[in-house]
Amino acid sequence: MRRIISILMENEAGALCRVAGLFSARGYNIESLTVAPTEDLSLSRMTLVTRGSDEIIEQILKQLNKLVEVVKVMDLTEGFHIERELLLLKVKAKSAEQRTEIKRLTDIFRGKIVDVTELSYTIELTGAGEKLDAFVKAIDLGDIVEVVRSGSSGISRGDKGMRL
Amino acid sequence: MIENPHSCGYHDQLSVAANDFLREIKVELSGGEIVIQCLKDEGVEYIFGYPGGAVLHIYDALAKSVDIKHILVRHEQGATHAADGYARSTGKVGVVLVTSGPGATNAITGIATAYLDSIPMVVVTGQVATPWIGSDAFQEVDMVGISRPCVKHNFLVKNIEDIAITLRKAFYIAASGRPGPVVVDIPKDVTDPNIKIPYSYPTNIAMRSYNPVVKGHIGQIKKAVDLLLAAKRPMIYTGGGVVLANASDLLIQLVRHLQYPITQTLMGLGAYPAPDKLFVGMLGMHGTYEANMAMHECDVLLAIGARFDDRVTGKIALFCPEAKIIHIDVDPASISKNVRVDIPIVGSVDYVLNDMLKILEEKSYATDTDALKQWWQKIETWRAKDCLRYNKSSPLIKPQAVIEAVYKVTQGKAFVTSDVGQHQMWAAQFYHFDQPRRWINSGGLGTMGFGLPSAVGVALAHPDEQVVCITGEASILMCIQELSTCKQYGLPIKIIMLNNRYMGMVRQWQEFFYESRYSHSYMDALPDFVELAQSFGHVGMRVEQPDQVEAGLEQAFAMKDQLVFIDFVTDPSENVFPMIEAGKGHHEMHLSPAGELA
Ligand SMILES: Cc1cc2nc3c(=O)[nH]c(=O)nc-3n(C[C@H](O)[C@H](O)[C@H](O)COP(=O)(O)OP(=O)(O)OC[C@H]3O[C@@H](n4cnc5c(N)ncnc54)[C@H](O)[C@@H]3O)c2cc1C
Ligand SMILES: Cc1ncc(C[n+]2csc(CCOP(=O)(O)OP(=O)(O)O)c2C)c(N)n1
Ligand SMILES: [Mg+2]
Repeated sequence: MRRIISILMENEAGALCRVAGLFSARGYNIESLTVAPTEDLSLSRMTLVTRGSDEIIEQILKQLNKLVEVVKVMDLTEGFHIERELLLLKVKAKSAEQRTEIKRLTDIFRGKIVDVTELSYTIELTGAGEKLDAFVKAIDLGDIVEVVRSGSSGISRGDKGMRL
Repeated sequence: MIENPHSCGYHDQLSVAANDFLREIKVELSGGEIVIQCLKDEGVEYIFGYPGGAVLHIYDALAKSVDIKHILVRHEQGATHAADGYARSTGKVGVVLVTSGPGATNAITGIATAYLDSIPMVVVTGQVATPWIGSDAFQEVDMVGISRPCVKHNFLVKNIEDIAITLRKAFYIAASGRPGPVVVDIPKDVTDPNIKIPYSYPTNIAMRSYNPVVKGHIGQIKKAVDLLLAAKRPMIYTGGGVVLANASDLLIQLVRHLQYPITQTLMGLGAYPAPDKLFVGMLGMHGTYEANMAMHECDVLLAIGARFDDRVTGKIALFCPEAKIIHIDVDPASISKNVRVDIPIVGSVDYVLNDMLKILEEKSYATDTDALKQWWQKIETWRAKDCLRYNKSSPLIKPQAVIEAVYKVTQGKAFVTSDVGQHQMWAAQFYHFDQPRRWINSGGLGTMGFGLPSAVGVALAHPDEQVVCITGEASILMCIQELSTCKQYGLPIKIIMLNNRYMGMVRQWQEFFYESRYSHSYMDALPDFVELAQSFGHVGMRVEQPDQVEAGLEQAFAMKDQLVFIDFVTDPSENVFPMIEAGKGHHEMHLSPAGELA
C-alpha cells in the first residue's frame, strides 16, 4: 500500500543520506522524498512516500525511528491528512487555438500560467499526486516540453501537529 | 541528561558528580589534547590504534599522556577486533584510533563485525584537513559515507569546539540502548597543536532525538507472565542481549524458578551455565537435536535479547509452528522483524526481567507441573539421541576431542575467542561456558581473522585469566600479523589451531550441496606454523596423535607467561553435526553418522 511518512529530524549535514541510505540498504522503495528546514532551523521536516506490505511499513517506521538524528516519525496515511505536490510544466503553445485550450485546462485544474513566450506556456499547479497525474495526462504528450514535480509534502488534518 | 546508562556500565553518575568540581578549573588544550583528555575523562584504559598523517597531532598528545595505554597493533583490522574483544569481555566501550584513508578503510571490517553483534565501540579516525575535504586529497576517503551502513552512528567533527561534546555523545550512543560502534571522523586541522581552547568535558548531554526505552511496559509483562505460567510445553530462547544487558543472574533466577528448558544462540552462550540440566544446548543450524526439536514443538516461546536470525529460525514458515511468542528486546526493530510475535516487550533485559520476576513471585511461580513433567520426558528422549556424539576411537585427532580437552585442562574457566568455521561451531558445542562474556566470537558477520586480535583485547583486559584462541588454519592467516602485537605486549594467549588443511566449513557445504567438488577450499602451501610462531618469538608446538592431545595442552598451559601456538593436525573429513540446511525447519536436522548409531 502507498504510505506517506512524515519525519522530523535534526537539520544536520548527512541526515538526508542516512534516510536515503537506510532505504537502499534495506531494499525499501522510495516513490518521492522532500525535505526542508522548519520554522525551527535546527529541525528538518521530510515527507517520504513509499509502498509496502504492512510488515514492511512497520519495519520502515521502526528503522527510521532508530536513526539517531530522527526525532519523530509518523505515518500520515493512518489518519486524515492533506497531501500536496507542486508541478511545473512547460508546454508548447503556438497557435491561438492551442493557447486557449491550455489556458482553459489550467483554469479547470486551478493552475497558474507563470511564464509566457511566443512558443510556450509554463504552468504551476499544486495538488495531490493524482490531480497532477490527471493534468499531465490531459495535455497532449507531444506538446510537453518539460515536467518537474516536487514530490509530495503532507500534513495531518486537525489541530494537532508533529512537534518536539 | 543521561538516565540509566544501563547495560554496559560505562559511566557512573557519582564519579561524574565528583569530577564536576575539578572541571571548574578550565585548562586550555589543543584539539589533539582534547581528544586524549576526553578519553581519559571517559575512563578509557586502552586505545587500540595505528598512527598515520591525519592523526599525528593526536598521537603527539598521546605521547605526553601517561594514564592511557596505547596498544600498537599490526593492521587496523586488528585494532578494531582487539577493541571489540576488550568490549565483549568487559562490557566497556572499546576504543580505536586510526588514520584517514587506508587506515580508516582497514578498520571497516572490524566496525561491521561489531555492528552486527551490537558491540559498543568508539572509533576515532583521522581525516584530511577541512579545506581539503572533497578534493581527492592524499589519503582521503569519505569515512562518514563509507561507514554509514555499518555503524550505529557517526560524526564528522568540523570545529575544535565540537570535539568534547561529540566524543561524549559517541560514548553514550555506543553503550546505551542496543549498543554498537560509533565513528568519529576528525580532520587534521581540528587537532592543530597551535590552536587551543578552554576544555571541559560535558557532564550532561541532551539528545532530543535519541532516548532508548529501557523499562518494559508493565501491562505487556503481566500478559507475558500469564501466558508463560499457562504453558504446557514452554521454551526459553535467549541471545546476546542477555550478555549485553549483564542480566545473566536474573536469567538464571527466572529459569531456575520456572524449571523451564532453555536454549541459547551462538551469541548468548554463557549467560546461562551450559552444564546445567535445564540447558538443552545451542539452537539453530548447528544446534542440538533436543533444542531444535523443543523449539519445533513448544507451545509458548519466551525470546529474550535474541533477534530471530536466519541461522536460528531456519525456514520461517516452519518456525515454532505451535507457539505463542513473547519477545523482550531493547530495539523495537528487532521485534516482529523476521517472525511475528504475540507479546512484544520493548525494554532492556535487566529491567524487564526484574519486573517479570516480581510478578512471577506474586503468582508463586505457579506453573503447570504435570504438563511440564511430560514435556521434560519428551525432551529427555530427544537428549538421549546424544546428537553431539563422535567417533572417539579414530586414529586421527578429532577436532571435538581437542575442544573437550581444552575445556578439561582450563577447567571450563578460560576466556575463549574464536575465528569462523567448523572450529567455531565445535568450540560452541563442546566448551560448556558457564559465565557470560567468556565466549568471544563473530556471529553476525562471521569474520575470519577475528580470533587472534580479539584475544589481544581480552588478554589485556584480563591479565590474570587464561585466554584461548580457537582457530582454523585458514582463519588464522587472515590476521596472523597480530602475533607480533602479542609479543610486544607479552600476551600469553594459547592458540589452539584445528588444522584440517581445508576451509572446513566451506568444504562441508561443498560435500553436501555440490557433490563434493572442493572448489578452492583446500589450503595448499600452508606455512610451518610451529616455525612461524617461533619466528614471532613465541612457542610453537605440533600435535598429531590423539593420545597426545591432552598432554600437549597441559604442557602449553603450564607455560603461563608464553604465547603458545599449537597446531593440532586433525581429521580433514570431519563435519559439524547436527546440521539444518538453509531453508529447512528445525525438525529436519541431519545428524552425524556417529550420532545415527546412538
Ligand atoms: C559459521 C556460523 C554458523 C552459525 N550457526 C549458528 C547456529 O547454529 N545457531 C545460532 O544461534 N547462531 C549461529 N550463528 C550466529 C548467527 O549468525 C547470529 O549471529 C546469531 O544467531 C545471533 O544471535 P542473537 O539472536 O543472540 O542476536 P545478537 O546478534 O546477539 O543480538 C542481540 C539482540 O539483543 C538485543 N539487545 C541488545 N542489548 C539488549 C538489552 N540490553 N536488552 C534487551 N535486548 C538487547 C538486540 O537488539 C538484538 O536484537 C552462526 C554464525 C556463523 C558465523
Ligand atoms: C573474511 C571471510 N572470508 C570468507 C568467509 C567464508 N568462510 C566461512 S568459514 C570459512 C572457512 C574457514 O576455514 P578455517 O579457518 O580453516 O576453519 P575450519 O572451518 O576449517 O574449521 C570461510 C572461507 C568468512 N566467513 N570470512
Ligand atoms: Mg580449516
